[in-house]
Amino acid sequence: MILSLVEHAGGSPEESSLEALTLARELATATDAALEAVAFGTEATALGEELGEYGVETVHCVADERLDTYAPEAWAESVAQLLDATDPEAVVAPGTDRGQEVLAHVGAKCDLPMAANCLDVEVGEVYELSRQRWGGSLVEHARLDSNPKLLTAAAHEFSPETAIATAETTVQPFEPTLDESAFRVSVDRVEESDETGVSLGEARVVVGGGRGVGGPEDYDKLETLADSLGGTVGASRAAVNEGWRPHDDQIGQTGTKISPDLYVACGISGAVQHMVGCKGADNVLAINTDPEAAIMQKADYAVVGDLHEVVPELNDALGDGG
Amino acid sequence: MDTVACIKRVPDTGAKLTLTDDEQEIDTSHLGFTISPHEECAVEEAIQVADDHDGTATVVSLGPADAEEQLRTGLAMTADEATLLETDGEEWRPRETAAALADALSGDAGTDPAFDLLLFGNESADVANHQVGVRVAERLDVPFVAGVSDLTIEDGTAVAERDVTGGTEVYELDLPAAVGVKEGLNTPRYASMRAKMQARKQSIERQNPVAGEFDGAIEKVRLEAPESTEGAAEVLGEGPDAVPAVLDLLRDDLEVI
Repeated sequence: MILSLVEHAGGSPEESSLEALTLARELATATDAALEAVAFGTEATALGEELGEYGVETVHCVADERLDTYAPEAWAESVAQLLDATDPEAVVAPGTDRGQEVLAHVGAKCDLPMAANCLDVEVGEVYELSRQRWGGSLVEHARLDSNPKLLTAAAHEFSPETAIATAETTVQPFEPTLDESAFRVSVDRVEESDETGVSLGEARVVVGGGRGVGGPEDYDKLETLADSLGGTVGASRAAVNEGWRPHDDQIGQTGTKISPDLYVACGISGAVQHMVGCKGADNVLAINTDPEAAIMQKADYAVVGDLHEVVPELNDALGDGG
Repeated sequence: MDTVACIKRVPDTGAKLTLTDDEQEIDTSHLGFTISPHEECAVEEAIQVADDHDGTATVVSLGPADAEEQLRTGLAMTADEATLLETDGEEWRPRETAAALADALSGDAGTDPAFDLLLFGNESADVANHQVGVRVAERLDVPFVAGVSDLTIEDGTAVAERDVTGGTEVYELDLPAAVGVKEGLNTPRYASMRAKMQARKQSIERQNPVAGEFDGAIEKVRLEAPESTEGAAEVLGEGPDAVPAVLDLLRDDLEVI
C-alpha cells in the first residue's frame, strides 16, 4: 500500500496534495499496490468523493477536533501510528512547509530516512529516485533503502491528474492515541493579510526588477507596466539586498517561486538563485542592456536595451492602446 | 537568554552550476563559500535575541575544517561563541548531522538543552533536505516550527509566524524551542572590518563527532545539471525601437493584452 498525506481546506484538497497524490498513484500503479490517504480534522471526512477521482481507495481520517488546527507533532505521531497499523511501502507528502515538516517528524519518530522534493521515482526493493537540490537547479540521483520509504513530492513538478478509473473510496476513521504533549506546537491563530491584489506566487503576469533598475523610485515604471498587464511586481535578491524592495517581493530560491504566463525580467542578470524562482514561468521576456547576460540565454524573448528607456515607451504604447 | 544558530558552509554560486567530472559535487574551484541565506538570518536573529535578553549567541557548524570561515563570519557579525563539529569533508546525511548536533547541544547530562532558542535555516541552500532542524528538535525534545518569517520572544515564549496563502499562522512555543527560519526574517548585518579582524583572533571550540549508524539510508548516486533550455532568447529588437515587436508578442502570441 502507498499512503499519501493530504492537506485540505474545509474538506477540499490542496492543489499541492493532489500533485503528491499523483506521484503516490504512480508508485501504487507500478507496484500494483493500493493507494490510500491520510487526512486530519473533522472536515477531512468530506474528502472521500474527490480523492476517489484520484484513485484513493481508503482515506484514513483522523477526525480529532484538536486537529482542526494544524499541529505538526500530532500529525506526525498519527502517521507514525498509522504506519504501525497499516505497514505501507511508502508515504508521500506534498513538498509544502507542512508536508516537509510533518514527514521529517515522522522520520525522526520512526528513525527513517526521508527524501525531500522528489521529481521521479523508480520503484523496487530500493527506490531509485531523483530529487531537487539547489532549489531545483541541480538534480540528485539517489537510492532510498528503508521500510517504509518517506518521500515528499517537489512542488509544481507534478500536474494533478485524476485516475483513469474512479475508486470506490472508503472513509475510515483512524483514532491514534495522542497525548496533550503532541499538541505543544499548534497554530495559535491565523492573521489574514490585509494586502489586496494578486500575490506574487499566483500572478499571471510578473514584472521583475533587478540591480539594473538602479534604485527604489524607478520601480514605478515597472508598477505601471505590471498594472497595464494585470500583473504584479517582483524583484531579484540583489535588489532586495539593496533595500529597494521588501523581501516579500523577492523571486528566487530563498524567496517566492512564481509560475505566471509571462515573466518580464528587467535589469536582471539571471543568477541561478533567481532563475529557479521563475522556472515555472511559461514565457520569459528579458529587458537587459547586456546581450551576454545569463538571462538572455535563459529567456524566451529579449530586448537588448535600457529598461529605463524601453519600459516607459512600452507603458506609453500600452496606455494609448487602452 | 542563550541562543544558538546552526549554519552550513555552502558554495557561493553565480550564473551557472558546473559539476566535477565524477558528478559527485559542484565544481567549486572557481567559487567562494558562504553561509546559506536562510541561515544568515538565523545568525542575525540569534545575535539580536541574545543582545535583547542578556544572553550569549553561539554559532555552530558541522562540516569540514574550512567551515571555520563561516563561523568567523558569524563571530564578525558579533556572535559571542563558535563551535565547529569537524568532519572529514564527506557530505553527512540528515540523520547523522542531526544526531551530532543534538549531542553537541544537549547540555550537561540531566539538564535542559544548552540553549533557550535554537535557530536553523529552513533548508540548506545546497542539499535542501528540509529535516535537520526537526530531527535535532525531536532528539532534544523541544518544540519546533519551520518556515518562520517573524519571531518575537515574550516572557519565556517564542511567538513565531509562518506565511501561508492569504495570511500568517502564529505559533507560540514554550522555551527552550527551535525554529527553522526563512530569509526576510531580518536584514543580516554586514560585519565591519574591525569586527572581522577581531573575529580572526577569537577561539573556536572544536569537536570531532563520529557519524552514527542508522538502519536504512538515502544514498547519493550522482548529481545532474538539468538540460538547460538555453538556446538564446529570440531578440525582439534593441532599445525603445523594439516596443512594436513587444506589443505584437504580448497581443498575438501571449494574449496578455
